[in-house]
Amino acid sequence: MPKKTYRQAINEALRQEMERDPRVILMGEDVAGGMGSPGEDDAWGGPLGVTKGLMPRFGRERVLDTPITESAFIGAAVGAAVTGLRPVAELMFVDFFGVCFDQIFNQAAKFRYMFGGKAKTPLVIRTMYGAGFRAASQHSQCLYSIFTHIPGLKVALPSNAYDAKGLLIQAIRDDDPVIFFEHKAMYDEEAEVPDEPYTIPFGEAAVTREGDDVTIIAMGRMVNFANQVADKLAKEKIGVTVVDIRTTSPLDTETILDTAAETGRVVVVDESHPRCSVASDIAALIAQEAFEHLKAPVKMVTAPHAPVPFSPALEDLYIPSPQKIEAAVREVLAFSARA
Amino acid sequence: MTAITAVVMPKWGLSMQEGLVSAWHVAIGEPVEQGRELCEIETSKIANVLESPASGIVRRILVEPGTTAPVGALLAVIAPAEVEEAAIDAFITGFASQRAAASSEPGGEAPAPRLVRLGDKSIRILEEGEGEPPLLFVHGFGGDLENWMFNMPELGRERRAIALDLPGHGGSSKVVTDGSIPGLALEVAATMQALGVARAHLVGHSLGGGIALALALDRPECVASLTLLAPLGLGSEIAGSFIAGVLSANRARRLRPVLEMLVHDPKLVTAEMVENVLRAKRLDGAQTALETIAAACFEGDRQRWQARARLVELRCPVQVIWGEDDRILPVAHSRDLPQAIAVHRLAGAGHLVHMEKAAEVNALIARFILACA
Repeated sequence: MPKKTYRQAINEALRQEMERDPRVILMGEDVAGGMGSPGEDDAWGGPLGVTKGLMPRFGRERVLDTPITESAFIGAAVGAAVTGLRPVAELMFVDFFGVCFDQIFNQAAKFRYMFGGKAKTPLVIRTMYGAGFRAASQHSQCLYSIFTHIPGLKVALPSNAYDAKGLLIQAIRDDDPVIFFEHKAMYDEEAEVPDEPYTIPFGEAAVTREGDDVTIIAMGRMVNFANQVADKLAKEKIGVTVVDIRTTSPLDTETILDTAAETGRVVVVDESHPRCSVASDIAALIAQEAFEHLKAPVKMVTAPHAPVPFSPALEDLYIPSPQKIEAAVREVLAFSARA
Repeated sequence: MTAITAVVMPKWGLSMQEGLVSAWHVAIGEPVEQGRELCEIETSKIANVLESPASGIVRRILVEPGTTAPVGALLAVIAPAEVEEAAIDAFITGFASQRAAASSEPGGEAPAPRLVRLGDKSIRILEEGEGEPPLLFVHGFGGDLENWMFNMPELGRERRAIALDLPGHGGSSKVVTDGSIPGLALEVAATMQALGVARAHLVGHSLGGGIALALALDRPECVASLTLLAPLGLGSEIAGSFIAGVLSANRARRLRPVLEMLVHDPKLVTAEMVENVLRAKRLDGAQTALETIAAACFEGDRQRWQARARLVELRCPVQVIWGEDDRILPVAHSRDLPQAIAVHRLAGAGHLVHMEKAAEVNALIARFILACA
């Protein structure tokens, strides 16, 4: 099986879906580069080169460089989706979504509901998230919890190259708006990725490690950290199950509750802030639905309730690390209720 | 000639390049019989035990538990007690220099699967070794050519060995027009023709066994011999719950108990094995292809295609191998066959007899092919 990077897997998903379906178009800032200027065509392929090569293959009609006006091009993408195209818009950093919330929250997310199921909005918005890039507070946030909160939106955050391709193809074929989160520190990470197109259904978590003692529920880049911790603790005969939720909306509550019940000790790992987060949502779910199985309080490992610091030393401390996850696992293992 | 035997990192599967020795079950100085479990080896795809290639004394263990070593690397040395220490050391040094020389030779790369075009479809095949007529391996329902990971490397040493992915499976096209056993047999015949293989020793498992049998009945000129591993077509029953489970289970936790029906020892079903089956099912068109084949071959707990009455027509040597604990196809289907058919029932094995009892099945096939010559 060929190994491909997260970046290549996303590029391949876009290319294969554009080949399969002429309604699929790309739009965003510098998704090709050079449009309307004397500059080099396809010079960029997006800020980190993810869409490189697609404009030469599919032409300017299907790969649109847009002005730096998120409110305008996201609005245009929503309109294109309800009128028959299947746009994939790239909104560079998730930090910039604030200027186009109306288009997403009030328009794209509501059409199916408000038009009695007669309208569909097959829109994908790809975006980069996450800290660790020395990019400071305005280019390092996670924010997927905000989109998870809105009914009518679907939210995917792949943790590896294989999932990235399968979830993105699923997103493009889905008739509802999907916000697709790519962690900017993961683009060069490799995994075995089939050459053929495939889909991973939304709402199906992956169990990436299996153990009897503690369950870690993780998402995005944190899945890799959780796997490292599980592998390390396996050598001490501590069995750790790791669940990669893959999509925060829809959420695979069945796998979360089953694996939580099996070990009775749960750590939820989320790179975002702790308040009103996916982590707190999952912790609440387990507390409500699996309370009788719990042997210890559910522990959350998240970033602090503070902006991402620019200082590299502070940023490294800010991000949940394998060490913090390991400490949390040991803490829930050591917990015993007083009689 | 001293009887010093190298224990090396095996190659289980196409993509295996290295393995982790997770634990040793023997110690230096311990006498072992051939087939004794020496150590546990884990790869990204599978965990299994490595059996001793020879009887003797474990003279050296060269990798610590927890160490990753490349395929072909020396893990241990087995020799009789009378072999001197100096000879063992010389053997190890010689092995290292031979290996270094071999790895610098061109073409020392592991064989990679490739696609064979059949009109607008393609069939993925893997081949290794030399010697005609070749062995041709045909896997079962929901499987792929990786299912022969314990058999191809061993049997491909003495002769050309080819494994294919059936239509709708693995890396082959997912277009299945006729999912019946005779229909799939035509596709296998077409693949042979495209490869320039006029005759082959067929080894088929389960659905692949039915296909091999159909080919031997309908195109006898293509078949040099027939090894049928728990094949379809010799009785009417099948565990329909297995077929339904493979088709419907879309999560590892639901698929695992289904795949555990395949084996005597459920530990053989690793998380990676479950994941690989799920990944194959997710490929565009794969689910429809499997449903087409299932509908053409099965109806609940019954098999649609029956060949028992036609076995007397077979002109080539035939052997049947069955795991006694087969939960998919009853081992009773191997009884009351025509006298000319050699039947081997293996204890401690389920439906995946060629994986669970690889050494025995390999020996049976090697001996059978030799006798055919």
